[in-house]
Formats: sequence, structure tokens, C-alpha cells
Amino acid sequence: MEDTAVIVAFYVLTIVTLGSALMVATVRDLVHAVLFLVLSFVGVAGLYITLSADFVAVVQVLIYVGAISVLMLFAILLTPRASRDNASVPYAAPIGVLAGLLGAVIIFVALKTDWATAPGGNKFETTAAEIGKALLDPFVIPFEVASVLLVIAMLGAILLVRPGEGGEPG
Amino acid sequence: MIGLEHVLVVGALLFSIGLYVALSKRSAVGILMGIELMLNSVNLNLVGFARFVESPRPIDGQVFTVFVITVAAAEAAVALALAVSVYRLRESIDVDRLNILKW
Amino acid sequence: MPLLFWYDFDPLHSLYNWLRDNTSSEVVYVVAALVAATGILSFVGLGALVNVWLERRIIGRMQVRKGPNRVGPFGLLQPVADAIKLIQKEVLQPRDSDRALFNLPPILVFIPAMLTFSVFAWAPDLVYADLNVGVLFLLAISSITSLAIFVAGWSSNNKYALLGAMRVIAMAISYEIPLVLALLAPVIFAGTMSLAGIVDFQREYDVWLAFLLPTSLFIYAIAATAELNRTPADIAEAESEIVAGFHTEYSGMKFGLFYAVELINSLAVSGIVASLFFGGYSLYGLDDYIPPWIIFIGKIYFFYFGLIWLRGTWPRLRIDQLMAFAWKMLIPMALINIAVAATEVLLWRQLEWDNWVLGVFVAINLVTMVLLIGFFFRMITRDFYRLPRRVRLVHDVSVPSLPATRPAAGS
Repeated sequence: MEDTAVIVAFYVLTIVTLGSALMVATVRDLVHAVLFLVLSFVGVAGLYITLSADFVAVVQVLIYVGAISVLMLFAILLTPRASRDNASVPYAAPIGVLAGLLGAVIIFVALKTDWATAPGGNKFETTAAEIGKALLDPFVIPFEVASVLLVIAMLGAILLVRPGEGGEPG
Repeated sequence: MIGLEHVLVVGALLFSIGLYVALSKRSAVGILMGIELMLNSVNLNLVGFARFVESPRPIDGQVFTVFVITVAAAEAAVALALAVSVYRLRESIDVDRLNILKW
Repeated sequence: MPLLFWYDFDPLHSLYNWLRDNTSSEVVYVVAALVAATGILSFVGLGALVNVWLERRIIGRMQVRKGPNRVGPFGLLQPVADAIKLIQKEVLQPRDSDRALFNLPPILVFIPAMLTFSVFAWAPDLVYADLNVGVLFLLAISSITSLAIFVAGWSSNNKYALLGAMRVIAMAISYEIPLVLALLAPVIFAGTMSLAGIVDFQREYDVWLAFLLPTSLFIYAIAATAELNRTPADIAEAESEIVAGFHTEYSGMKFGLFYAVELINSLAVSGIVASLFFGGYSLYGLDDYIPPWIIFIGKIYFFYFGLIWLRGTWPRLRIDQLMAFAWKMLIPMALINIAVAATEVLLWRQLEWDNWVLGVFVAINLVTMVLLIGFFFRMITRDFYRLPRRVRLVHDVSVPSLPATRPAAGS
């Protein structure tokens, strides 16, 4: 990835993603936090595009921004008397230190390891076609299991929020 | 020149921010936001590996990413359904107040 | 370079050649991208203006009256008058509304509308962004619209706006599923998700995908009409019901942006239908004589006329009718359509049958569509008035049953 444009895009998208992730942690209002989360999702989708993963980037926007964010906003909406002020627990500072330490350890290990990088990186012609072939030939069982999982999750979610018995209190 | 290390560093930073959000928020929706950030960082690492690492079938990283996105969607749906259902009983989704099962 | 068409005027070509010879390829790329974007966005902007006039005149004609005809000759300056009126209105912001979030939705809802035009193929070499995942890109960015509508409803601090926004989002996400499923079938036939590739497929095999996949066209047309919040699915703007829905509190040019975005989205949907189902810029060989982009723009406005026709003719449907239609009729139809299309492509490509078998597929798919529509229509209207009406977002209103469905007196 030697193009100047790709490098500039990568850094800009990194700043957008990490900045909005930090805003998720610190902003006062819960709805604002969800919207900053949406911005970080879009940033991550842009990072996928700089890494030649166009299909995954579009799937990320479609599912995360289009569905999961709407789901979170609905959940905030359907809980009107819950507190909406994105508060942190009192012991948040040690957690910050812990998370920072963990991030530092991961960065150290990642930089030290000798990854078997292919020279010049891997080139894909059409990632969608290759992902499709991989989903049907080597990964067909996880594919089918994932569809069963989605059906189960859908049924579970519907059963939990159905009015009537008021959910399953047990 | 963007290499694998840049992607892994970004992934690690996103993961630590997600971990902080997941562990330190009071609202159930806030915790879910942290979990989604962590899953995004993992996906970023996987896509970076698919792009840069020598492998007999390099598309596997992106396939794994699609599966992680799918599972994240399913888990978010169930988690939010649980949050709404608990709200109906206790009128709050503050996880510090949902402590009926304490010893 | 010989002049092929009257519009191949020289300065643009000589500028391009000068840039290519004297500066690096990045500068050429950036300048070409900017010029092309200006061209496409000017079409979009002009399209919004023209559509205002077209819609009001044509709907007026369909309602046996003249449309606006005072402001210019034939009312042609009516859009200008509308724009001036909206610009000079007082821009109100409710006191308790969310300050930061109130200004975001008009911008956020404009972005997907503009981005849709970047993947269209205007001519054989004239695609702004020939993405490999073009169709999926269109679907992904149209799902951002529901987020913008939610923020609009939320930040108004107004119960009716929020209610209107919830209804619109519920309808939008319900109709996204048949939309995605219906657009999978052309992708299966063409073997590629890029719009230029699908138009190439239709040009190569001399068959429009509207004939090969009429079910997909039917489902997509209806689902896109619902996504656009146009009649017969425009409960978002049902003025008699929820004041003005999610854009109640928006005045002046912010409302003007919502209105313009609806028109631009209609143009985009017409463009998608023209590209995917009706051959894009090709017209059975006529595109060697007429500039292809003129054919494409003609097709876009033809289908936009179809959308206006729907709006002027059909009454508005209720929200539960719309949801029942999406979940119980369109989704099973779309799934069966995908199965049929995949089987046909398998037989055609794997067994390498000749191309005349596409004609057989046309006949089979047409019969399948008629059977599917007949079956599902009978199924969802059979006991419609006895279905429980679980309207949860407003208090349940008990509606007296219609005389035709009450049990006959004395039986």
C-alpha cells in the first residue's frame, strides 16, 4: 500500500474511528454516545476499504450502521424511565488503567512478533466471489450453523419482548 | 507505507477503548456499545491479517469477519431484548441496580 | 480525436490530454473525479428542481385540474418560487430540542441520496465508481436513511415527531428485507454485483432482466416505493394523522432539504430500476446512434413518471396493511424467486445450455410471478378483517367493522 492517498486515508480514518470511540466513552448523553458509535462503525468500514476488503466494508455498513444501531436506539426508546446519561461506575479510573495496560501489552506483542507477511500483500480480484466460494466449500457448516443461530436469536428476541406474559421472569 | 503493524496497533487501541467502555458503563446499552467496539477491533485485525499474511487461502480472514459480524448482530438483538425485558420488571437498566441474585 | 457526437467538444479532451502529459496520474485522477462529480451532482440538483414541477403538474393533470401555471409559462418557475419561499422562512429550533442533534438529520439524509448516483453506468465507459459490490453498496447506504429519520424524530423533543419517526423506521426496516432479496436475483443472473456488469449482461444476451425476472421487478418497485415514503406508503407524511411526522419541527430550508431528498431518492430508485431491470443505457442497439446517457436519463424519467402515476392514482395504505404486505407476501415471494432464479442459472451455466433457453426462463418466470401473486394475495386477504390488530405505538382504537364483513343478519 504505497499510494499516498491510501496512507492519508488510513490515518484520517484511524483518527476518526479512535476519536469517536473515545467520545463514546466520555460523552454525557446516551443517544449521543450511540451516534458516535455509529461514526466509529463507519470509520472501521473505511479502514476495511483501505485494506482491500470491499465486501466486508459494505456488509459492515449494512449490518452495523443499518441494523444494530437502529436496534440500540430502539432499546433506548423503549426504556423511557431508565437513566440516559451515560454514567460511569465510580471505579472507572482503575478500569481505564487496566484497559490501557492491556492495550499496551497487545501492541508490544504485535510489534514484536514476526508475522509471516507476504511481500506486497495479498491481492484479491473480487472479494465477494471468493467469499461466496469459501462460504460454500470449506465453510459450509459454519454457514448453516450461523443461519440457524440467527433464527434462534430472532425467535428469542421476539419471545422476550412480546407483551402478554411480560417476558420470562425466571 | 501501511503495514500489518499499523493495523494491529489500531486494533489494539480500539480494543482497549472498547474494554474500558464495556467495563465502566452503568447502562446495559452502554456495555453493549463497548462489546461492539471490541468486536469491531477484532474484525479489523482479521481483515488486516487477510490482507498481509502469507496463507494458502488468504480470503479466510474476511470470511471469518463476516461470521463475526453475523454473530454480533444476533447477540446484540438478544442482549437488547433482555435489556428491554428487564426494564419491564425493574424499571431500570442500570446494571448496578439489577442485583436480586446477590448472595 | 474525431468528433463522434455533437457533445464531444474539444476543450475537455485537450485539457485532459494536457493534464495527463504534464502532471502525475494522481492529479489527473483528482481533477477527473471533481469534474465528474460536479456533472453528476448538477444533474441531481437540476433533477430535484425539475421533479418538483413535473410532480405537481402531472398529478394535477391526473386529478383533472391544471397544476401550477401562474409563476412562469406553464408554471415552469414554480420550483424557483418554492425554493425562495422556503429560504426566506424563519428557521425555528424548539427550545428543549437537542441542540447538537437538531441540525444533523437534513445533512445526514442527503448523503445517501447523492451517493446513489455514483455507481450508475451512464454510458459504456462512463461510470463514476465502478464498485465490485455496487448493488450491496446501494442497499447499505439506503439503510442510513432510517438512522437519520430517527435522529430527526428524537431531537425534536416532540411526541408526535417521535411517533412518526418510529412508524417510518418500522416500515423502512420491514421493507429493506424484500428489497435486498429482490435485488439478489439479478445479481445471480449477471454473476456480478457491479451495475455496469449487470448492464453489460443485459446488453450481451439481448434480454432485459425485467422480462427474465418480473417478480423481482414487482417486489423491488413496491419495496422501493415504501422506502421512499411515497404514496401509497406515505404514512410518514400523512398530514391528517401525525401532524407532519418526523419533520414537524423542521421549518424553512431544513424541511426543504427533506422534501428535496425525497425527490432525489425517487430519481435514484428510478435509476436503479432502469439500470438493473431495463437495460441501463442500452436500447437494443440504439445506443450506437444516440448518446447512451440520453437514453439512460430518458429511462430514469420514464420510471419516475411511473412513480408519479402511482402517487396520483392509489390511496394511502394503513401501517398494519403495509407491514402485513411486507412480511407475509413480499418476503416469501422474494425467497421463492431467489430459489427459482438460482435453479435456472445453475441449469443454464453449469449444464451449458444454449442461450435460447433464456426465452423459456422468461415464460416460466412470468407464470411463476402470476401464480405467486395470486396465491399470496388470496392468502393475506382471506381473513384480513379478523386478524388481531396489534397497534402498540398508539392506544388501541376499536374500529367498528365494515358492513360488508359483518355476518349477514338472520344467518
